[in-house]
Amino acid sequence: MNGKSVLIDLSKCIGCRGCQVACKQWNQLPGEKTVNVGSHQNPQDLSAKTWTLVRFKETENNGKVDWTFFKDQCRHCIDPPCKYAAEDYAPDSIFIDKNGAVVYLPTTKKIEDDMNETCPYGIPRKDDNSGEWFKCNFCHDRIESGKEPACVKACPTGALTFGDRDKILEISKKRLQEMKLDHPNATLLDAEDVRWIYLLHEPEDYFQLGLRELDRFDRYAWRKLFKPKAPAWLAGGALALLFKKRDKRMKEKQTDEVSS
Amino acid sequence: MTNHWNDIANSDCILIMGSNAAENHPISFKYVTKAMENGAKLISVDPRFTRTSSKADIYTALRSGTDIAFLGGMIKYILDNNFYNKEYTAEYTNAAHLINEKFSFKDGLFSGYDPKKRTYDKSTWTYQVDKKGIPKRDTTLNNPNCVFQLLKKHFSRYNVDLVSKITGTPKNKLLEVYKTYSATGKTGKAGTIMYAMGWTQHTVGTQNIRTMAIIQLLLGNIGVAGGGVNALRGESNVQGSTDHCLLFHILPGYLKTPKASQPKLADYNNKYTPKTSDPNSANWWGNYAKYSVSFLKSMFGKNATKGNDFGYSWLPKLDDGTNYSWITIFQEMFKGKIKGFFAWGMNPACSGPNSDMTREAMEKLDWMVNVNLWETETGAFWKRPGADPKKIKTEVFLLPCAASMEKEGSITNSSRWMQWRYKAVDPPGDALPDAEMIHEIFVRLQKLYKKDGGKFADPILNLKWDYAHNGHIDIHAVAKEINGYDLKTGKLMASFSKLKNDGTTSSGNWLYCNSYTEKGNMAARRDNKDYSGIGLFSNWSWCWPVNRRIIYNRASVDQNGQPWDKEHPVIKWDAAANDGKGGWIGDVPDGGWVPMSNKEQTKWPYIMKPEGFARIFGMGLADGPFPEHYEPLECPVEQNMLSKVMLNPTSKAWHEEGGDMNKTAKACDPRYPFVATTYRVSEHWQTGAMTRQQPWLVELQPEMFVEMSKQLAKELGIKNGDKVIVESARGKVHAKAIVTVRFKPFKIGDNIIHEVGMPWCYGFMGLATGDSVNKLTPNIGDANTMIPESKAFLVNVKKEV
Repeated sequence: MNGKSVLIDLSKCIGCRGCQVACKQWNQLPGEKTVNVGSHQNPQDLSAKTWTLVRFKETENNGKVDWTFFKDQCRHCIDPPCKYAAEDYAPDSIFIDKNGAVVYLPTTKKIEDDMNETCPYGIPRKDDNSGEWFKCNFCHDRIESGKEPACVKACPTGALTFGDRDKILEISKKRLQEMKLDHPNATLLDAEDVRWIYLLHEPEDYFQLGLRELDRFDRYAWRKLFKPKAPAWLAGGALALLFKKRDKRMKEKQTDEVSS
Repeated sequence: MTNHWNDIANSDCILIMGSNAAENHPISFKYVTKAMENGAKLISVDPRFTRTSSKADIYTALRSGTDIAFLGGMIKYILDNNFYNKEYTAEYTNAAHLINEKFSFKDGLFSGYDPKKRTYDKSTWTYQVDKKGIPKRDTTLNNPNCVFQLLKKHFSRYNVDLVSKITGTPKNKLLEVYKTYSATGKTGKAGTIMYAMGWTQHTVGTQNIRTMAIIQLLLGNIGVAGGGVNALRGESNVQGSTDHCLLFHILPGYLKTPKASQPKLADYNNKYTPKTSDPNSANWWGNYAKYSVSFLKSMFGKNATKGNDFGYSWLPKLDDGTNYSWITIFQEMFKGKIKGFFAWGMNPACSGPNSDMTREAMEKLDWMVNVNLWETETGAFWKRPGADPKKIKTEVFLLPCAASMEKEGSITNSSRWMQWRYKAVDPPGDALPDAEMIHEIFVRLQKLYKKDGGKFADPILNLKWDYAHNGHIDIHAVAKEINGYDLKTGKLMASFSKLKNDGTTSSGNWLYCNSYTEKGNMAARRDNKDYSGIGLFSNWSWCWPVNRRIIYNRASVDQNGQPWDKEHPVIKWDAAANDGKGGWIGDVPDGGWVPMSNKEQTKWPYIMKPEGFARIFGMGLADGPFPEHYEPLECPVEQNMLSKVMLNPTSKAWHEEGGDMNKTAKACDPRYPFVATTYRVSEHWQTGAMTRQQPWLVELQPEMFVEMSKQLAKELGIKNGDKVIVESARGKVHAKAIVTVRFKPFKIGDNIIHEVGMPWCYGFMGLATGDSVNKLTPNIGDANTMIPESKAFLVNVKKEV
């Protein structure tokens, strides 16, 4: 397949947030006003002004403490549900460029769906003033100039690897096999469906932000069958259950971040 | 560092202790990651589970201030199990050397202690010598007076059960760390230590490092790739500042500052030039006078002649026995003894201990010159919260300076690499580079002295000052002077081995001689190819000494000059080189002498010691030739479980001077039941003077916080995110509570001791403000360096109502 991909090997992430700041700098996004809620993570969530966020989580299993860092952002789906949603309101507001970057334009303000719900990963965020939707744009302008995304450039440990999709898929699968020697539960998140591929060495420790392929496919299939405008309750019991499951996971994510 | 950043990738086992490298030196983690990809194990030992710990194969905690107990236990483990490298230990260290029979250690004190002066008479800390004056050695390591046996005896008390009681580290974790790390004693394996202020900022700071140096020597880890004793410097050019000796007790190149009792150059040179009668010892400091005279010629130029002792009398002298270090400066300032103060690129109002008293001390100044990018807490001390500017008479001059990208010059990093940098943009407004300011100040001063005279004008009038070009400082002229000149020909010196003591050569810093030669500015080289295979990058910039990337590298080979580690050779003797005369290939050898198998012509590898051997027995230190565990000044135990001596017996006892400046908590002070430590965060830099003005960084870490265990939080009724107050005998700070599993209570002896930690990056100026944790820290320092003990003291924590 054409286009670019990025492997996010979370076993190498040290939570330094170089990526978070690089994204702000390249896109000239303002720093948000924050407080310390009892965590090193800030801000607490993605927003129209924060397009990538390293989520911190502390765990303790059988007396063994761990601290995991999850760089949350748009996965740049091969076949993005958000693009389908846009088709009913502003067809050209979301486009996929030749490298596979899923890019939002200001005309996304015409979209009436809750894109946060539409997205299997809960990524897009609306700017309350303009009504536009925002998320990571794969630094498509940097890629046009032959550069890697800003976050990839900033990462000191090599947790982020950028390149042609075929090459990245190869590397991802190889890395997974190596990882499984020490971490038998290691997994790649939706590698066949997205361009930003997460390698989780201990999936249970993370926020379960990647839906299992089955869930995502189901939501997807239903959307194609029913009109995108149809509200969730029309989709039937099974679908409602799936939404509920995802909501529960999102809530768990919120509580986990603010550990008590 | 004895090694360098890239070299960490060569290691088989990396111990990160007294450092949180992933957090505070994140780029270095690139090399740690590489080493781990090649199978290296990472061990993180820290009172708190940090970002570094999250990547470690082994993590365990210890109570702040107990590193010598922890590491002493490792020494015992290595010796008991014979994991040490026998040949290296016997032949390259002073393990085989016999010590004066009168040397002893009892009840926590070495022989020669004077309790009134709090110093040691070191006359028993000496080698036994033969008729020629050469130290006697027993390479079988059996003689009861040899260093090896004395070491064994000293650390026999550090059994793992006792160590566990002192440190609070579980016994099985201690053994796991010991076993994993000491496996690097095997020939061909290398272990490295990455440490920082978590080790240095204690009253036993120097000895913390000494304990690790002993371990590294026993395991044969010095001089080899992937080994070494590696200090992660806390500031990007602090290595440069210590090399150029911006500290009271040293002159550039680690020469000593002369004392009042050394009125003549000959007195001074004789005192500091070590002697040896061993023909196999290179005794490199024996060249001392060449460096001191060359330095004087750089200072005073033509005015320095043989007839006037090369201007030696114009150098400032220390009053014998007087300490002019940081703590002393603010003690004296507090007493009103200091009238004028340059706070140059420094923020003492937040960075030194006991901030409230430090700020109050500044009120006694007549004037302060504060050089910084903008107004910081130090420049604004007179309008700090709670101060009445009307009552403060200090005149403050704020001189805006150029930032690092707004001027040309060099920075020396932890790897000793002097990297040249270019100017990218002009500084804003009237801001000037520091060198330009110094030039302007000096030129005006010299003019005033010429016109009006003044007390002892000679040093000012005779100072050579030819660093300007068209009225502006020429930084290349400065760099060239640092390198030095052959004054007979006017050409730049090629290396310090050619410096002379007769006034015909100059060098502002002998260590940097070779950095700017007739071949050009070596520090500006940018060949990023690695020709060595072990990441030396010898043609990228320049490092001291003479571009030797791994120092003590003649210990990386056996007696025949062949590398211990065949896969990562640093140097190698090639008998066929130089038309069969033989020569070294690889890194710049630490002296080009032949391998040790040629007993006639070789020199021992540790050339900076007069005897030529690495010191396991270190007689040069103030507090003992062997490390010994003592408790921090403010400690949570009634007794030192190892001896009768609580505090380092040679640390200057400021706390006994009392007064407002020296409020101290007693051991197990009921008012302050918890151990506190301080640290940094990725997001802020030092006192936050720069980073707390930056919205993206402020977004990440907006507020002062204190981290504590869930158990302590429960006891105190504190929930995650609550506002709390932390107080010590000296002050109090407001902070947000981060309640975390990453801190756990310690079992110390029979008691549960809690520890909390705070970052020191907050202050009252800037976009994000907060209380400076240094309001809490104590005024006492290490016995050798006098660096303040910011890493272990006592506090109380309570919820803010």
